[in-house]
Amino acid sequence: MNIFELTGLLFIGSLIAGFLGSLTGLGGGVVIVPLLTLGFGVDIRYAIGASLISVIATSSGAAAAYVREGFSNIRVGMFLEIATTIGAIAGAVVAAYLKLSWIAIIFGLVLLYSAYESLQSRSDARGPSQPDHLATILRMDGSFPTSQGMQPYRVTNVPAGFSLMFTAGVLSGVLGIGSGAVKVLAMDRAMKLPFKVSTTTSNFMIGVTAAASAGVYLNRGYIDPGLAMPVMLGVLGGSLAGARLLAGAKVKILRILFSTVVALLGLEMMYNGFVGKFVQ
Amino acid sequence: MSTINAPAQPMSDKRAEEIIGILLRTGVTIAAIVVFAAGIPYLIQHGSAKPDYHIFRSEPDHLRHISGIVKSSIALDPAAIIQLGILILIATPVARVAFSVFAFAEERDWMYVIVTLIVLALLLFSLSATNL
Repeated sequence: MNIFELTGLLFIGSLIAGFLGSLTGLGGGVVIVPLLTLGFGVDIRYAIGASLISVIATSSGAAAAYVREGFSNIRVGMFLEIATTIGAIAGAVVAAYLKLSWIAIIFGLVLLYSAYESLQSRSDARGPSQPDHLATILRMDGSFPTSQGMQPYRVTNVPAGFSLMFTAGVLSGVLGIGSGAVKVLAMDRAMKLPFKVSTTTSNFMIGVTAAASAGVYLNRGYIDPGLAMPVMLGVLGGSLAGARLLAGAKVKILRILFSTVVALLGLEMMYNGFVGKFVQ
Repeated sequence: MSTINAPAQPMSDKRAEEIIGILLRTGVTIAAIVVFAAGIPYLIQHGSAKPDYHIFRSEPDHLRHISGIVKSSIALDPAAIIQLGILILIATPVARVAFSVFAFAEERDWMYVIVTLIVLALLLFSLSATNL
């Protein structure tokens, strides 16, 4: 196989990953590293570099469509970005000293968790009725458009959300993914944001988080143009197509299937990490 | 401090978000076009070679630092132009954060001007620090 053929295959693989990732809400980035390492034998460092680039592309591409709907909470997002960017830089630095087999095992665990999280039902539980002191000082409470007009909501547990976001940033920096599943945990579960708000705010944050670690990866020489080119264009094209189709699609079965694939990839990454397939 | 409980001003936020949407779309589109346009000569140059991505060797200097990427792009090196497209892509969320500084300043929300400046400083640090 020459570079031309590899580029074509990577483009098609990334196109499918981006398409399924955006249809199911898991994001295309989560399967890029397993696809490149397990599928094409690419070194995991190059794979993480290419994956980060695709994460920025999909986040910015999707955000352009999201912001019009007015769901995202810019203040919550910007405040938490302090945690994710510090985490992302720290993660990208730490990644250079971690054994590759450890990166693969952590990656596997995160894939398993992402698969689990995507199958949980996300209900819009009523948020707290009492204002939270810190959230009030930080002017985080907001409102979002619903069919019955603007619906106000309150935000709570800012310190817990902030710590979880730091973790999301570290994982993003170490693994080259968007860490959407951990961001949802921080905003849905801890801070009690309505899920439409947390989804769009999380997407809006993912690009900034990934940009923070991408700078470190680029400077360190982990981003190869020959790999990043088909992966970025493929994931971007696939996710834009997926987002367009999302309006009328029944995604429940697809989500179960894709989550199963993600979980299996997670197990395989862990297995390969344990048997030492990822060596320097 | 009287504005502390006031909800974010919706009109101003709305306009800022529209501009952010246009900014993001433009950035991604330009990046994709640059990467695609450079990808064709890249494949003509390297397409028939055998890939060796299973061996990790760090990218050469002119493909990993902003100054080298710009210099080699001017010399029309396709690999460097792909990296330039990737730099534009990385710069897109950075530009979004930079724009938000002005949007918050216009709302006179100084606390969030500072929050956003911290995020911007972290991003610029990660892009420029060459020895992390």
